[in-house]
Amino acid sequence: MRRFTAALFLIGLGVMIAAIYQHMDFSNTALNAGQAINSVAAQETGAANFVTSVVLAYRGIDTLLELTILFTAAMIGGMVLGKRRVDAPRDPDAGFILRTGADLLFPLLLVVGLYIILHGHLTPGGGFQGGVILASAFFLPLLARPGSSINQDVISIVEGLAGATFILIGLLAMSEGYEFLSPLFDKGELGALISAGSLPVLYLAVGIKVGSELAGLLAHLAEAEAVD
Amino acid sequence: MEVVVLIVVIVMLLSAVAVMLFKDFLAALAAMTVVSLGLSFLFVVVRAPDVAMTEAAIGAGLSSLLFALALRRLGLWRSQ
Repeated sequence: MRRFTAALFLIGLGVMIAAIYQHMDFSNTALNAGQAINSVAAQETGAANFVTSVVLAYRGIDTLLELTILFTAAMIGGMVLGKRRVDAPRDPDAGFILRTGADLLFPLLLVVGLYIILHGHLTPGGGFQGGVILASAFFLPLLARPGSSINQDVISIVEGLAGATFILIGLLAMSEGYEFLSPLFDKGELGALISAGSLPVLYLAVGIKVGSELAGLLAHLAEAEAVD
Repeated sequence: MEVVVLIVVIVMLLSAVAVMLFKDFLAALAAMTVVSLGLSFLFVVVRAPDVAMTEAAIGAGLSSLLFALALRRLGLWRSQ
């Protein structure tokens, strides 16, 4: 019965996608928001990467809500996992290759993550992608040495400060008489590292928040006792 | 270029089917990562590098790590 239902669902999905494919005109886009943003984004926000100007300048509040969703997910993950039993056995230390590889990769991942975050307004990438790379950089030593752990208090303080910075910049824009989270400061030269006003600061806050949150979640998961 | 895209799509479809057929959970997880990596390649082909980076970092990297740790927590992660 379950297989029959699954097959029925799949056939229905296939028919739906085929119907959409028949009627969709891939050469012409129905919306012209993309062209409108392409023509004005560089002058209005000063960011060379238009995706960033949409994510942080035109749709900053969506990014804030996205961060809230991520925060809720990470918090609930921590709540479900709970504390480990005191007498639970630890995993043995990893082998030579993983330990040396973790030591070698840690600085590289840190540099790549920070590069992607800080160049978010110039090249593809930004706070979310760089933050995930930062989280994996801080998680790698835990994989190599299962006995060690990340200080969860420091992580929550860093995460809270980054989130507060994001909201404070938004409120600063309001106190200057603009709308919440609208871009501030001098736009600078298009394509320069220090340009686009407050967007790089916002992305740095996003990156640090995402990175610390996911590192905390991964550390929490790795800390939980394994079932054999 | 179209041949490369076709090969990637076929590999993605095969590994998506393999996810359901594999008895070993870790092998199924690896096959799932292949689907994500292929998808991020397709995003590069349609000139969406931002989405491609997100898919590679979150879809292929982070979510497979989360799944692996969840399998470890449930005791299903040892290869048979």
